[in-house]
Amino acid sequence: MNILALILSLSFVMIAYFLSAAFKLGLGRDLLITTIRATIQLMIVGYILKIVFGFDNPFAMILMLLLMITVATKNAAKQGRGLPYVFWKIFITITIVEIITQGFLLGLKIVPATPQYIIPISGMIIGNSMIIANLFLNRLKGEVEIRKEEILLVLSLGGSVKQAIYPILKRSIKSSLIPTIEGQKTIGLVQLPGMMTGQIIAGADPIQAVRFQLLIVFLIMSAATLTAIVLGFLIYPGLFNKEQQLDVHVFLKKGK
Amino acid sequence: MQKITEVELKNVSKIFVNDGEEMYALRKVSGTVTKGSILTIIGPSGSGKSTILSLCNLLSTPDEGEIYVGEKEIREWNIQELRRYVGIAFQSAPMLAGTVEENLCLPLKLRGQSLEEPEKYLDFVGLSKDLLTREAKELSGGQRQRLSLARTLVNKPSVLLLDEVTSALDSISSQEIEELIMRINAERQTTIIWVTHDLNQAKRVGTQTWMVMEGSLVESGPTELFFSQPKDNRTKEFLHNLMRDSQ
Repeated sequence: MNILALILSLSFVMIAYFLSAAFKLGLGRDLLITTIRATIQLMIVGYILKIVFGFDNPFAMILMLLLMITVATKNAAKQGRGLPYVFWKIFITITIVEIITQGFLLGLKIVPATPQYIIPISGMIIGNSMIIANLFLNRLKGEVEIRKEEILLVLSLGGSVKQAIYPILKRSIKSSLIPTIEGQKTIGLVQLPGMMTGQIIAGADPIQAVRFQLLIVFLIMSAATLTAIVLGFLIYPGLFNKEQQLDVHVFLKKGK
Repeated sequence: MQKITEVELKNVSKIFVNDGEEMYALRKVSGTVTKGSILTIIGPSGSGKSTILSLCNLLSTPDEGEIYVGEKEIREWNIQELRRYVGIAFQSAPMLAGTVEENLCLPLKLRGQSLEEPEKYLDFVGLSKDLLTREAKELSGGQRQRLSLARTLVNKPSVLLLDEVTSALDSISSQEIEELIMRINAERQTTIIWVTHDLNQAKRVGTQTWMVMEGSLVESGPTELFFSQPKDNRTKEFLHNLMRDSQ
């Protein structure tokens, strides 16, 4: 795609902008900011990728992956404000998920060990883990809020913190995975996944593109499950203090 | 007969922080509860009565002072053992999703054991064994409170904390639960610490009574004497106002 075509594609933004103005939706400013942000972010990423691919140096690639994990962690950690070491717990979780999934892909030589494969696939894994971490923490917050009495009951009967939180943890893990699983059920029927579309547009054989997409679907399902479970087990001890009392005042505080 | 102290509070304070401001929920409370006795705690809403209960089995931690249960400071206990030794029944009688039997067996399940003859516990609290397979959350308020007490008794606690257990019940259920608790005390020699807003109940069931106001223990004494000859003016006023309102 040449620059002129890219500039012409801005017409789509203009359509949205004029419609927003005509119907007084008040979205003009947001549309403008989003367009500028998306352009700058993607341009930067494009150039960084070009540099990293050019270096062909594993350290540059690892640095890039660490940067991606840090940004994803920072985003998800907002949802867990008030929990001890939440940033590091999410960082460790996403790193574990990344190592396991990439280790599997590279170890079995499913994809070549080059930055051109590792970085985009990692982007999908890390981004997906970030969303799952967000959903999980959000669900956990809701469940703890609603079922505080049950937690207290189990503790008061001599149960351990793990026994008290386990049903809530299980439910939060399950709920955070539902959108991923449901989303995959209609894959290809309503819309073609982004990566597959990209490959087809770039001239790849659709069957090859489908194989790659299936790989990503399977990968995302396992990465999602791993994220929710690993994060769940790292997070739950922080909900209690050393006297085994539920200590979630800051975590449950609304609007913060 | 020699009186043995089961629970002792020594200068116990509890501080809550609200929007960065420290507030005393309890201030320097001291007192003893004799083994096998019934202590009733009365006082206005929000005075700190329930806080005393939650401190006794470490569902909340004292910020100052010490609490001894069976001669051992609560923080020296193994927490799970302490919570089994000092059982608690809540006003709302919370139930986990599942049947009556599952709820009743919960305390032992938490220890990896199973409960032999659960129907005996139901029988003790006056519930039919036919209820074992019923969903616990479908029970009436009175039935739930009985089940809640039975479930707490499965741990064979030496001390039983009762947090307004009859206040959400109708008068008949309330009376039946009261009789049941008196039976638990008489047959099992269980020490009972009973928070209640019902002065007549506190008078009927108590061996000792404490009056808590704004986090402080303003008066304590043998129940009969406490109600017939209150010494502190705040107690006199509180009792007078409540008795007048109930007439």
